[in-house]
Amino acid sequence: MLAMHAPDGFLEAPVAIVCAVIAVAIIGYGLRMASSQLDDNRIPLAGITAAFIFAAQMFNFPVASGTTGHLLGGCLAAILLGPWVGSIVVAVVVLVQALVFADGGLSALGYNVINMAIVPAFGGFALFLLFRKFFPRSASGVIGATALASALSVVLAAAAFSLQWLFGASAPVPFDTVFGAMVGVHLLIGIGEGFISGLAVGAVLASRPDLVFGAADLDRKELADRTPVSARTFVIGGALTAVFFAVVVSQFAFDDPDGLERVAEDQGFIDSARDHAFGSGVFADYATSGIGNETISLAVAGLTGVALCALVGYGLFRGLREARSRTAQV
Amino acid sequence: MSSGHHHNLFIPGSTVVHRLAPEVKLVAVFAFVIAVAVTPRRSIGSFAVDAAVVVVLFALARLGPRTVLSRLAVVVPFVSFAVLIPFIAGGPETEVLGVSVSTEGLWGTWNILAKAVLGTSASIILTSTTPVAEILKGLSRLRAPAIIVAIMSFMFRYLDLIVDEMRRMRIAMTARAHDPRWLWQAKPIATGAGAMFVRSYERGERVHQAMQSRGFTGTMPRLDTRSASMREWCAAAIAPIVAIISLIAGFALT
Repeated sequence: MLAMHAPDGFLEAPVAIVCAVIAVAIIGYGLRMASSQLDDNRIPLAGITAAFIFAAQMFNFPVASGTTGHLLGGCLAAILLGPWVGSIVVAVVVLVQALVFADGGLSALGYNVINMAIVPAFGGFALFLLFRKFFPRSASGVIGATALASALSVVLAAAAFSLQWLFGASAPVPFDTVFGAMVGVHLLIGIGEGFISGLAVGAVLASRPDLVFGAADLDRKELADRTPVSARTFVIGGALTAVFFAVVVSQFAFDDPDGLERVAEDQGFIDSARDHAFGSGVFADYATSGIGNETISLAVAGLTGVALCALVGYGLFRGLREARSRTAQV
Repeated sequence: MSSGHHHNLFIPGSTVVHRLAPEVKLVAVFAFVIAVAVTPRRSIGSFAVDAAVVVVLFALARLGPRTVLSRLAVVVPFVSFAVLIPFIAGGPETEVLGVSVSTEGLWGTWNILAKAVLGTSASIILTSTTPVAEILKGLSRLRAPAIIVAIMSFMFRYLDLIVDEMRRMRIAMTARAHDPRWLWQAKPIATGAGAMFVRSYERGERVHQAMQSRGFTGTMPRLDTRSASMREWCAAAIAPIVAIISLIAGFALT
């Protein structure tokens, strides 16, 4: 589950198709938007950066004694290259992994691209811009915002997967369980992602600050400012975010299992099994029965959906505006 | 999960499967995988037919069971999740080996297992019999966006180089007694990744300038215009057509 290269058949066909259409639309539009950055035919640059992301995903870093993790890089790519080029580059990586390395299902490409490229790049970039407002205008502010946004971008991707599971589950595992487990696990993975991404951006800022898209608004003096003043802000911000997520997640992770079982029995899966063939999914089976569970499920789904859409939308909007202003400058 | 498989999966050969035009193979594999993905979980017969198709193709492409099994390992993390499903899913329960598990959950496990293994097998047939350059050619003949294909081809050209450079960096760090056990000791790895990004980007800039000075206008020249023959299309269509027929039969029977 860590790298989220879902195989074929993990979600029902209709959801896979809808995801594929959305992914093609966003990446296709992105190719046009990114043309302002790729317009002087800097395709070799994008290709070599894609190779870098692929390579970065291959190398493990230690997490705790013995266990290791690896970078996902969606948010890092967006901060370094901008959300449009970043999402395209990571989408190419996902495509190559499926087509050439048989890693990730071909019919799962739609939701794999959404979860690994689009949501981390645009959602993560939106969070990055948000955090930048609270951090000082300095190199350390950018590093702090990168760390927090990258950490949360992994959680966003997990939430996006849970949402897709809600609509197209291939097995009657309730949304609450999947959401709790996915978001909980990825909160831990996010810590490593944030740590590595933040320090990596710090290293790029030290040698080639002009290569960091997300720090393009800083002048020379601000870029040289690496005072650890923001460390306190960073710790407080990080702690607050963690507490917020912990509170939200624990709500669903420790949900009463008896209630869920009762709903499942009430519903009677033998009757609904036939409908499953073309996938109405768990959403139809669960959220329409059992009042308590319905309220929770729908509330979580609604809130997650609204938050995800708002973040991805905000990232799209800002990416659009910045791409436009860049063309205007040229 | 995606670690350690950067080696080219292509196995040279001259079998029928190897010789098919890449665009034909791409379309056939996609069609087959989609047919498998929409097959209802209860039509076990359809899955058996699909499995037979895959096994025949493995034999035709001369792919041994050891190669296939080691390459199927990429699905293991998801399969481990699938195995958990009967225990956490709801619904009527069945006794399996004295343990009571969810019936619908068992079907869920079966569904994910069957589709993941069949879909990955189809991808393995494609990747083991088609060189990367051919896959890219196939994509461009199928009119995939030129920018995407170009980015993919540059990615491939420089992938091994960058992976090797990263590996050398890690060896140099290990040689200097860097042996991190905990995340907070991993700072050199992170800054190394940042340095690698700068190096990769600067290499990209140099490559781009070198290409421009040699007359690069933004599009790569197309070197071949061979297109697949009707016979190739017909031959490759067999596998997905069998899968689609078994899918329709599966719908009719369930």
